[in-house]
Amino acid sequence: MSSSVLVRTDVASAPAVTGTGPERHRPPGPGWRQRVAPLRRLTGLVAVFLLWQVGASAGWLGSTTPSPAEVVNAAGELIGSGELQHHLGVSLARVAKGLAIGLAVGLVLGLAAGLLRLAEDVIDAPIQSLRMLPHLALVPVFIIWFGIGETSKIALIAIGPIFPLYLNVLHGIRGVDERLVESARSCGVTRLGLILRVILPGALPQILVGLRQALGIGWLSLVVAEQTATTAGVGFLMNDAREFLRTDVIFVVLVIYALLGLFTDLFVRLIERRALAWRRGFTGE
Amino acid sequence: MTEVKVRDARRTFDGRDVLTGAELDIADGEFVALLGASGSGKSTLLRAVAGLDRGATGEFTVPDRRAIVFQEHRLMPWSRVWRNVTLGLSGSDLRGRALRALTEVGLAARADAWPRTLSGGESQRVALARALVRTPELLLLDEPFGALDALTRIRAQALVAKLWADHRPAVLLVTHDVEEALRLADRALVLRDGRIAEEFVVDVPRPREVDHPRLLTLRRDLLRALGVKTSESEETS
Repeated sequence: MSSSVLVRTDVASAPAVTGTGPERHRPPGPGWRQRVAPLRRLTGLVAVFLLWQVGASAGWLGSTTPSPAEVVNAAGELIGSGELQHHLGVSLARVAKGLAIGLAVGLVLGLAAGLLRLAEDVIDAPIQSLRMLPHLALVPVFIIWFGIGETSKIALIAIGPIFPLYLNVLHGIRGVDERLVESARSCGVTRLGLILRVILPGALPQILVGLRQALGIGWLSLVVAEQTATTAGVGFLMNDAREFLRTDVIFVVLVIYALLGLFTDLFVRLIERRALAWRRGFTGE
Repeated sequence: MTEVKVRDARRTFDGRDVLTGAELDIADGEFVALLGASGSGKSTLLRAVAGLDRGATGEFTVPDRRAIVFQEHRLMPWSRVWRNVTLGLSGSDLRGRALRALTEVGLAARADAWPRTLSGGESQRVALARALVRTPELLLLDEPFGALDALTRIRAQALVAKLWADHRPAVLLVTHDVEEALRLADRALVLRDGRIAEEFVVDVPRPREVDHPRLLTLRRDLLRALGVKTSESEETS
C-alpha cells in the first residue's frame, strides 16, 4: 500500500531523472485502497488473536491462561445455556439507563454554560471541582445514598460521562468562529436558528470527541458498578467465574468488554462520517 | 429619497477615536464607494451602518432590508451552498429562491456542493447570492473582492455592476481599490481623521472604459486625497 505512494512521489519529485515523457499521476481516492481499508483495520485485531493463540499454546502466558479457542468454546457454552444473553442484557440495560441520564445532563449543562454567560458563571466552578474527583471513588457514598440495588449502579454509570461531555460541548461552542455568528446574525437568523444552524454544527466535532470519551467512561463505570452486590450482569459473570477458577469465562467477559468498546467506537465513527461530511481534515498518509 | 442617513457617527476603540462625527447620505439606488487609508475606519463605519457594532454612537437611519458581503465569504462550512444562500429565511420554496439567486451569479450548478469545494471567487459569488436573495434595499460590501486575484476580481466587479443595474439597491462599497471605486460607484467618499473628508462624483456614463479621460483625472485626485503620490500628480503639481 505504501509502495504506491512512494512511486508517486518519486515520479513527481524527479521527472527529469526518469524522463519518460508526461508524468502519470494516479488519482488518489475511491480505488482499491478504500475498499481494502476495512480489511486493513482487521489485520491488527487478527494479529492480536494470533499472538494470543500462539502464546497460550506455547505456554508463554502461564498455564492458567486459556487460548482463544478455549474462550470461544466457553462462550459457546454460555450462549447455549442462555446465560450470556441474560447477563449481557442486564448490563446493557444498566449502561443504557446510566448513559441516557449522564449524557443528557452533560449535554444540557454544556449547552447552558456555552450559550449563557450567567449559566457558565454558576455551573462551571462546581463542575470543574467535581471533575477532579475520581467518580469511581463515589461507590461507597452512592451505596449509602441509594442502597446496594440498581439505583446506585445506574447513578455510578451516569455520573462519569457528564464531565467529558460537558467540557467538550462548552469548548466546542466557545470555539465557533465569531465571524460566522456575526454573518448569520446579519442574515436575520433567529436566536433558535443561530443555535441550530450555526453554533451546534460548529461545535459538533468537539461534541463528538466528548461523546467518545463519555461512552468509554460509561463502560468503565459498568465494570466497577458490577463488581459488588450483583446477581446479574457480565460483571457478575466474571466474579462468579473467579470463584470457580473458570479463567476461560473470565476471558469471555474481557473479550465482551473489548468488543463493546470496539462497537462503541464504530458507532461514533459512523455518526462522524455522516454528520461531519463537510469537513476535510488531515487523514494521514 | 434618502435611503441611508448617518449623522455624527462616533466610535472609540481603547481610547483611540476612529470615527469622530462622520456623516453619510446614500440616495435610493445610489452606488457609493467609501475609501480611506488602512485603519481609517472605513469598515468601522460600514459595520456601524449595518448595526453590527453596538459600541458606535450617532444617528443612523438605515433600511431594515439590508444585506452584507464581507471580505471573507463567511459561509457556514457545514451547510450546502443553497442552504447558505437561504440562511435565516423562512417560507415556502426556499430552494427555488436559492436557485434563482445562484443562477444570477452563475452558480446554480453548485447548489448542492459543500462550501469548502468552492474557489475563492465562487465563494464570494455565493455570498453575493446570499445577499441578493433577501432583495435588499441597502447592500453593504466590505472589501468583498480584497482577497481575490486580479482577474477574478475584475469578473466579480462586473458581476456586481450587473446585479446592481438589475436590482438597483443602494450600495455602500468599502474598498481600498481606487479603480474599483471608479468602475462601480456614482460617488466616491474619502474617509480621513474619522470623518468624510472629500467627495468625488463619478460623472462618467456606464459602462465605463478604464482609460476614459475623466476617470484618469478622478483617479489622480482620489489618490491624492488618499495621500498617495503618483508620478502623474507630481508632474501636475
